[in-house]
Amino acid sequence: MSILVDKESRIIVQGITGSEGSFHAEQCLEYGGNVVGGVTPGKGGQTALDGKVPVFDSCAEAREQVGANVSLIFVPPPFAADAIMEAAASGIELIVCITEGIPVAQMVEVKSYVEQTGSRFIGPNCPGVLTPGAAKVGIMPGFIAKEGRVGVISKSGTLTYEAVDQLVREGLGQSTCVGIGGDPIIGTTIKELLEMFEADPETDAIVMIGEIGGSMEIEAANYAKENVTKPVIGFIAGQTAPPGRRMGHAGAIVSGEDESAAAKKQIMKECGIVVVESPADIGKTVSSSLA
Amino acid sequence: MKIHEFQAKELLKRYAIPIQDGITIDKLEQAEAALDQVQADLGAEQFVIKAQIHAGGRGKGGGVKFCSDRASAFDKINEILGMTLITHQTGDDGRLVKKVMVAEALDIAQEFYVAITLDRSSGKDIFMVSSEGGMEIEEVAKKAPEKIVREAVTPGLGLLGFQGRRLAKALGLEGKQARQAASMFQKFYTLYREIDASIVEINPLVVTEQGSLVALDAKMNFDSNALYLHPDVVEMRDLDEEDPAEVEADKYNLNYIKLDGEVGCMVNGAGLAMATMDIIKQVGGSPANFLDVGGGANVETVKNGFRIILSDKNVKAVLINIFGGIVRCDRIANGIIEAVKELDLNVPVVVRLAGTNAEVAKELLSNSGVSIISADHFEDAAHKVVAVAKGE
Repeated sequence: MSILVDKESRIIVQGITGSEGSFHAEQCLEYGGNVVGGVTPGKGGQTALDGKVPVFDSCAEAREQVGANVSLIFVPPPFAADAIMEAAASGIELIVCITEGIPVAQMVEVKSYVEQTGSRFIGPNCPGVLTPGAAKVGIMPGFIAKEGRVGVISKSGTLTYEAVDQLVREGLGQSTCVGIGGDPIIGTTIKELLEMFEADPETDAIVMIGEIGGSMEIEAANYAKENVTKPVIGFIAGQTAPPGRRMGHAGAIVSGEDESAAAKKQIMKECGIVVVESPADIGKTVSSSLA
Repeated sequence: MKIHEFQAKELLKRYAIPIQDGITIDKLEQAEAALDQVQADLGAEQFVIKAQIHAGGRGKGGGVKFCSDRASAFDKINEILGMTLITHQTGDDGRLVKKVMVAEALDIAQEFYVAITLDRSSGKDIFMVSSEGGMEIEEVAKKAPEKIVREAVTPGLGLLGFQGRRLAKALGLEGKQARQAASMFQKFYTLYREIDASIVEINPLVVTEQGSLVALDAKMNFDSNALYLHPDVVEMRDLDEEDPAEVEADKYNLNYIKLDGEVGCMVNGAGLAMATMDIIKQVGGSPANFLDVGGGANVETVKNGFRIILSDKNVKAVLINIFGGIVRCDRIANGIIEAVKELDLNVPVVVRLAGTNAEVAKELLSNSGVSIISADHFEDAAHKVVAVAKGE
């Protein structure tokens, strides 16, 4: 079953005529996902990906004409906030925004807007969603993952790949991998994904990869304590990060005691999460938790 | 991006928010003229000399001095300009003071704390005030959290009138002063939102003996994602306040932060970069830096990354950890080979490449003849680099 995306997802790419958008749309199509079109305002009526999919002027047209229900966004930062809200207003069920560098104040307004629609929003500044063997909605390298029963939730891109790689080495496949992004404002939190993986009969264990900064891991841990019966394995990056410094992800700033790696790990342990100390031991730890 | 107090006050002025005013100078020769002007324009008889650096705790560190007359003001300018100011935020090396603000001294009756920043968990901006102005707010939060009063701002609506009045009341203000404060708070929020600040902090906001509300100090940080919208703010950037290697890295779109260890790191992706620093520490080493070369790493990025890492003389070995997703490892390998040949490296380099075309990349490295220590996996790489950094 998996969560969020599967073979039935009808995917459109907003910004499909840009270089990033067209490259990754092609990759998603090659992976076997059901890419049914693209959106670039002003280019409606054209085609993209060598004539394989139609381009629409708006999400609403894509929804009407090809039944799109998932949108993958590569629109440049100055126009990305508008693109997300357009998708939500058009009834797109799942919106995944890859764009990096959207002003935070705009994201505050976007999040509030999207919450008033029925859409689920993931990102921005994230690698997207991958359900191995079914669909890729994002930029994760599909070949490293394999079908299986471990759910992966992560704030980071390449660290997700590292974790997936370790899982595969242990012979463990993934039900769905979700990169939620490390920005201060993101659409979907770790807690919400724990809830979805808990409800997914095809997921047996959940890996959550967090970072210093913010309190999302703590909220997730508190939720898991009461509501998640499946094993949850957690890692927090940034144990060596000096306080008050920004480490690439805008969210990864250690500003208060509660946001440090040590504090997060402590609370996660208290909530029954298996905390991995070394980033090299994620795969092994999942394997032993399932044994 | 941070700015100085005097720059933050310029922005407050644009929004018609009353400030403690003054003249900012960077040479002692400008002192007399500045004092003249503060006397003439602001009617000041007494002065406050304030060091302008991008760090808090200036007062405690001796960078802010009250002067009851002109002669002592001149002496204090002389003393503070060019001093190395050490505060709890500067680290032990302190910061050279290159600018001072010659400000009017005000008669202060009351001090408040005012700040706006984003609350990540609710996804809303939070407007905070406290009657405990002038103190470090972290202390207040610990000792008397009930003294910090908060209002969450509804996205798109700004700070509403009644919220401003509620905050003013929480500070114990009444009548005309309460009305003034409430409207000032709305202006603070408008400023915060319009300039895409990530924090605006006024500590303290004072009530003078004459009864006016004045921003005595101001601290602002900006959302770097939004700087493209604000060229006037970008102009306020003071490169003297930033680490030279970090400024250099910024030119090449590399995200670099200098630390004090001996193992240089070059990694793609911020999360993996942090995890790499963590594992180096766990196996007994200490990272010299955080460096995220980003998703589009190529020959040039690798070369520039090397240059920046090696500008730190504490670096005894370098670890390159790349998980190629979209980035192809063979391209990275070529970059490493070229860089090693061109830059005449005198420290050992451990390379771990995984993901897209990793096998081809390993072959390229081993056939290249350059001296590189190849690692198979994450932990192996960390052990190897820490060993060579220790000269083992």
